[in-house]
Amino acid sequence: MTAPETRIRSVPMGEGPSGPAPKSLSTARIGIYAFLFISALFFLLPLYVMVVTSIKPMEEIRLGGIFALPTTVTFEPWVKAWSSACTGLDCRGISPGFWNSVKILVPSVICSIFVGALTGYALSFWRVRGANLLFAALLLGAFLPYQVFIYPLVRIYSATGLFSTIYALVLTHVIFGLPVMTLLFRNYYAGIPVDLFKAARVDGGRFFSIFFRLMLPMSIPMLVVALILQVTGIWNDFIMGLTFGGLANRPMTVQLTNLVAPTEGEIAYNVNMAATIMTAAVPLIVYFISGRWFVRGIAAGAVKG
Amino acid sequence: MKQRPIRWSVYAGLTPAILIVVFAYIGTIVWTVGISFTDSRMLPVARFAGFNQYIRLFGTERWLTSIQNMVIFGVLMIGISLVLGFLLAVALDQRIRAEGFLRTVILYPYAISFIVTGLVWQWILNPTLGIEQTVRGWGFESFRFDWIIQKETAIYCVVLAGVWHAAGLVMAIMLAGLRGIDPDLWKASRIDGIKPWRFYWHIVVPILRPSFISATVLLSLGVVKLYDLVLVLTGGGPGFSSDVPAKFVMDYLFQRQNIGLATAAATTLLITVLCVLTPWLYAEYFRAEKRKD
Amino acid sequence: MSSVSIRNLQISFGALNVLETLDLEVQEGEFIVLLGPSGCGKSTLLNAIAGLLDITEGQIWIDGRNVTWAEPHERGIGMVFQSYALYPRLTVEGNLSFGLKMSGMPKAEIARRVLEAARILQLEHLLQRQPAQLSGGQRQRVAIGRALVRNAKVLLFDEPLSNLDAKLRTELRVEIKRLHKSLGSTMIFVTHDQVEALTLADRVAVMHKGVIQQLATSKEIYQRPINRFVAGFVGSPQMNFLPGTLVRRENATCFRLRDGSEVNLTGYVFSRPFADGQAATLGIRPEQALLRPSEHQHPDRLEAVFTIEEPMGPDTLLWGTLAGESFSVRISSDQTPVIGAKTDLYVNMAQASLFDEAGDRL
Repeated sequence: MTAPETRIRSVPMGEGPSGPAPKSLSTARIGIYAFLFISALFFLLPLYVMVVTSIKPMEEIRLGGIFALPTTVTFEPWVKAWSSACTGLDCRGISPGFWNSVKILVPSVICSIFVGALTGYALSFWRVRGANLLFAALLLGAFLPYQVFIYPLVRIYSATGLFSTIYALVLTHVIFGLPVMTLLFRNYYAGIPVDLFKAARVDGGRFFSIFFRLMLPMSIPMLVVALILQVTGIWNDFIMGLTFGGLANRPMTVQLTNLVAPTEGEIAYNVNMAATIMTAAVPLIVYFISGRWFVRGIAAGAVKG
Repeated sequence: MKQRPIRWSVYAGLTPAILIVVFAYIGTIVWTVGISFTDSRMLPVARFAGFNQYIRLFGTERWLTSIQNMVIFGVLMIGISLVLGFLLAVALDQRIRAEGFLRTVILYPYAISFIVTGLVWQWILNPTLGIEQTVRGWGFESFRFDWIIQKETAIYCVVLAGVWHAAGLVMAIMLAGLRGIDPDLWKASRIDGIKPWRFYWHIVVPILRPSFISATVLLSLGVVKLYDLVLVLTGGGPGFSSDVPAKFVMDYLFQRQNIGLATAAATTLLITVLCVLTPWLYAEYFRAEKRKD
Repeated sequence: MSSVSIRNLQISFGALNVLETLDLEVQEGEFIVLLGPSGCGKSTLLNAIAGLLDITEGQIWIDGRNVTWAEPHERGIGMVFQSYALYPRLTVEGNLSFGLKMSGMPKAEIARRVLEAARILQLEHLLQRQPAQLSGGQRQRVAIGRALVRNAKVLLFDEPLSNLDAKLRTELRVEIKRLHKSLGSTMIFVTHDQVEALTLADRVAVMHKGVIQQLATSKEIYQRPINRFVAGFVGSPQMNFLPGTLVRRENATCFRLRDGSEVNLTGYVFSRPFADGQAATLGIRPEQALLRPSEHQHPDRLEAVFTIEEPMGPDTLLWGTLAGESFSVRISSDQTPVIGAKTDLYVNMAQASLFDEAGDRL
C-alpha cells in the first residue's frame, strides 16, 4: 500500500474482485466493428475504383477489370484527362471546364453569400412590414423543384442578352442560393443578443453601417459555413450550367459528362476516371480540410425553421 | 407610428431579395403555370387550352413511369438511408476506435456531385466492366448482376447510388442528435438495467424525432430534384424505365420541344411538393413563433 | 455491517488522479453528504459507487457484497440526477415503471410499487403527465420516485437540487430529509451547497482535490474544521483568518497579530503540541466575535474598524479590518454598531480555530 502514513486504513481490502473490471471484447462489440468495417468498404469502394483505375494502363483494365490493384502505375491518364482528352473535336481535356467552373464559382459564391447575409440581417433585426411574408416566400423557394423556374428564366435571359454568359450563371446561383443563405444568417443573427443591436442603434448606427461594421465581422463562423456550403454546392451544380451556360461557359461537371460520353472505339476508362476524380477534387478537398465545419454546414442547412 | 427615413435603407437592403422573390420565384411560377394551360409546343402561344396538357400528361406512359420511379426511389432511398444512417451513428457513438476516420469515410460521398456519383456507380454496376465481369473473372462464369440494364431493376441501381450518397448525411445529423442527448439519461438507463437496444428503441428514437424529420425533409428535396444522378447512371433507361419527373420535364423542354406538356408536368410537380410541404412548414413556423413568446 | 464501503479507491483518467487512495464507510441508514467545490471528485466518487465509470484501483462493497465489477443495476442502488434525466415522451407512470417493465417484473407488482412511490412523493395526480408538462420540482420528485421503485437499499443523489430555484430547493430539501426519516435507507448525496450539506447530513465528507478532507457531523465540521480548506469552504460569510505567531507567556498562551497586538488564547484546546514563536493563523467565524463580552467566559479584546453595515433581517453583517486583515462580524440586528471608529470585539477562544503554516488544525 502506498497510502500516506498519516491515514489509518479503517477497513482492509476484502475478498473478491478489486480494481478495474476486466475488459472483454463482447460479441456485440465485434458485431459493431464488423458492421462499421463493411460499411466503410461500401463507402470507399467507388473512390477505390476511381483511383485504382485512373492509374492503370488500358491493357490491365481489359484483363483484370476495375477492382484489381495496378501492377504498373502510370499517370498518363491523368495528364491526358487534364489536357488532351477529346470531347468531339475539342481535344483540350477537362481543363477548360475546370477554369470555367472557377470563373463561375468565385463571383457566384461571393454574391450569393453577401445577398444572403444582408437579407438575413435585415429580416432578423429590422422589423419591416411584410418581412414574414418575404421570409415565407424564400423558405418555400428553397423547396420548389427547379423545373418550375427554368423555362421562364431561359426566356428572361434570352430577352436581356444574358443567356450563355457567366452573368446568367452567377445570377442563377444567387437566386437559388438565396433561401438557404438567408436562413443560415437569419438563424445565426437570431442568436446574437438584441441588446447589442440596440446599443449600436443608440450609438447612431444606421442599417448599412451596423451591417458592415458590426454584424458582418461577427458572422465569420457563419461566413465560413456558408462558404463551404456554396463552394461545394456551386461546384457540384450540373443542371444550371447545362441550361444557362451555353457552350462557352460549360462548368466542369457538364464537360465531364461530355468527355465520358461513349464515342467510337475503345472507351478509355482510365482517362475517364482520372477526369472524374479531378471533377470531384475541389469539393473533396474542401470537405477534408473543413472537417467539422462541413458537418456544421449540414446541420445549419438542415432547415430548422 | 412616425415613418423614419432610416426605413428606406432597410428596404434598399432587402431589394435584391424582394426582386428575386417577385420576379425569379413568383413571376416564373405564374409564367410556367400559365403556359401549362395553353397548347404551346415549340414556342409559347397564348391559346388557352384548359386542362388539355394535363389530360395528355397523365395519358403519357413515360410520365406515369417517372412518377412511379420517383415514389420507388423516394421511399427506398429515404427509408434505407434513414435506417443505415441511424445504425451507423449509433455504432459510431459506442466509443469506437478510429471514429474520426470512419466518420470522414461515411460522409465524404455527400461532398461529391451527383454527376460523379452516377458515373462511378455506372462503371461499377456495368456488367461488362464492373462487378459482374470481375466475379466472372474469378471463375463464376454464370454470375449475373446486370440490374442496370434490366428495365425492372434499373431504378434500384439509382436507389443504391442515392443511398451511397446520402447515408452519411443522415449519419451526421443523427450523430449530432445522439451527442446532444443528456448523458445522465444513459446513466439512468444503466441504473435501471435497461438493455442498450431497448434503450435505443424506446427512448433514443423518440428523442431523435426532430433529427429524423429534418433528415427526411432534406432527403425528400433531393428526391424531387433527382435529375443528374439518373442522367449519368442510367440515362433514364433502358427505354424510359428509370425515368424521373425532373428529367421528363427537362427532356420535353429542351429536346422534345413540347413546352406545354413540360410545364404541365412541372406544375404537377410543384403542386405535389406544396401539398407535402405546406403542413410541415406551417407546423415548423408555428412552433418557432410559440417558442419566441 | 456497513452499508457502503469504499476501500482503497483510486480513479485516474490518464495521468490525472481524480481520486487519491480513498476510504469511506457508510453505516446502514446513514445520510452522507459529499461536499466540495466543482472538480473535487465528489461526483466521480458517486459515479464510481454507482458503477457508472471505471475505477483504477480498490474495491466497492454495498450491503456486504463486493460489487466492484458488478453492473450498475446489479448493485442494489437507485440514483437521482441533477438534470432529472427523465425519459422524455414517457408519462410519469411510464418513467417510474420503465425499468421494472424491462426487467420483466409482473405487472401487478409494478403497479403496486409505482402507486406506493407516487403516494410517498405525492405524485398520484400527475401520473399521466409528460415530463415536459411538469415543473422542475415535480420532475425531480419523479426522478426520486424512479429511484424508489427499485426498492434499493442505497440511494445516490448527484446534485439533485442544483437546477431548482431557491424556494423549491428549500422545499425539496425538507422533503428529502423527511423521506430519509421514513424510508430509513442509506443515502449518499453530492452537493456543492454547504447549506444543503449541513442541513441534510448525518455526516458530511468535505472533499478537495480528490481527497476527503474531513468526515464528521455537520456540527463538528462547522465548529472544529480540520484544516484551513474546510474552515474556509464551510460557512458564509467565510471564516476570518488572522495571520500571526504563537507566543508562550508565564501563565497563558497568546497569539501575536501582525500589528503587534496580542490576544489571550485561554480556553482554546490544542490538539497537538506547538513551538514558541511558531507561525499560525487564527480563524474566527463572523458570529464568534461579539460586541460585548458574555459573562461566563474568558474574553479578550480585539480592535477592529468597521466601514460597511449590511442589515440582513434577523442579523446584521459588519465589514471592516482587523490588524490589517479584512474582517466580518455577524451581530444581532437589535445591536447598534459603530461605523468608522475603533470597536472592541470579544472572542471566546474555545470556539476559535488555529491552523499551522501547512493549514492543519493545531
